[in-house]
Amino acid sequence: MTEGIRFHYDVDGDNFTSAGEASVNVKKKLRQMGFDPDVIRRVSIAMYEGEINMVIHADGGEADVEVLSDKIIITLADKGPGIPDIEQAMQEGFSTAPDNIRSLGFGAGMGLPNMKRYTDSLEIESEVGVGTTVRMTVNV
Amino acid sequence: MTIREICDLLGAKVLCGEDKLENEVHSACGCDMMSDVLAYVKDQAVLLTGLVNPQVVRTAVMMDMRCIVFVRGKMPNEDILELACEAGIAVLSTDERLYVACGKLYCSGLRGGGVAE
Repeated sequence: MTEGIRFHYDVDGDNFTSAGEASVNVKKKLRQMGFDPDVIRRVSIAMYEGEINMVIHADGGEADVEVLSDKIIITLADKGPGIPDIEQAMQEGFSTAPDNIRSLGFGAGMGLPNMKRYTDSLEIESEVGVGTTVRMTVNV
Repeated sequence: MTIREICDLLGAKVLCGEDKLENEVHSACGCDMMSDVLAYVKDQAVLLTGLVNPQVVRTAVMMDMRCIVFVRGKMPNEDILELACEAGIAVLSTDERLYVACGKLYCSGLRGGGVAE
């Protein structure tokens, strides 16, 4: 098992077409590193949801993945509008995404709940008008 | 069921992955909302959808799916097909509507499989 490897990605906020590229790349790398398929799937789904969220709500941001021997930590940081009520945002079906995003197959209010569902821990720090940082851990 | 059988049952065109037609798949789901695919799907190998954008392919990649069937005659562009080819996912297009396409496959033995808790 490789220890302490980091991957960094800039997530482009202007381009919904490319949203998810970083997560696909991480999935590929974790597969090359020989991780369990279930761990790979959980990491990549959670990161993908987060990446989509940053594109929809925050004009992009930065994604960092740290691969340790016992866990994988995903940190997504943006300078978007922030989340005024995190508890409300965590509810399945609650969404502030615009209609055009729904027509693209997202914005059903499942992003954050999915990120919680697929990870072992999810921490959200958010300040309105400043930005949001989401930190997710998947135990290996 | 093989991907070739899906193709025959739906009168579908193969847009990518000719070499994967003999691969066996055991379950499928039909959905236009990718958030829901990410939330509720588990171990389904085939995604039937009327949504056409690169996120359909990326969602299928995330869920380790083997085949995407675009319904209602929807045709993905070259960029979408390239993403699918790179990921080793077969892509089909059928004129059937989502409900009918799912029904035909279900009646022929391709079931829904597991659902994520």
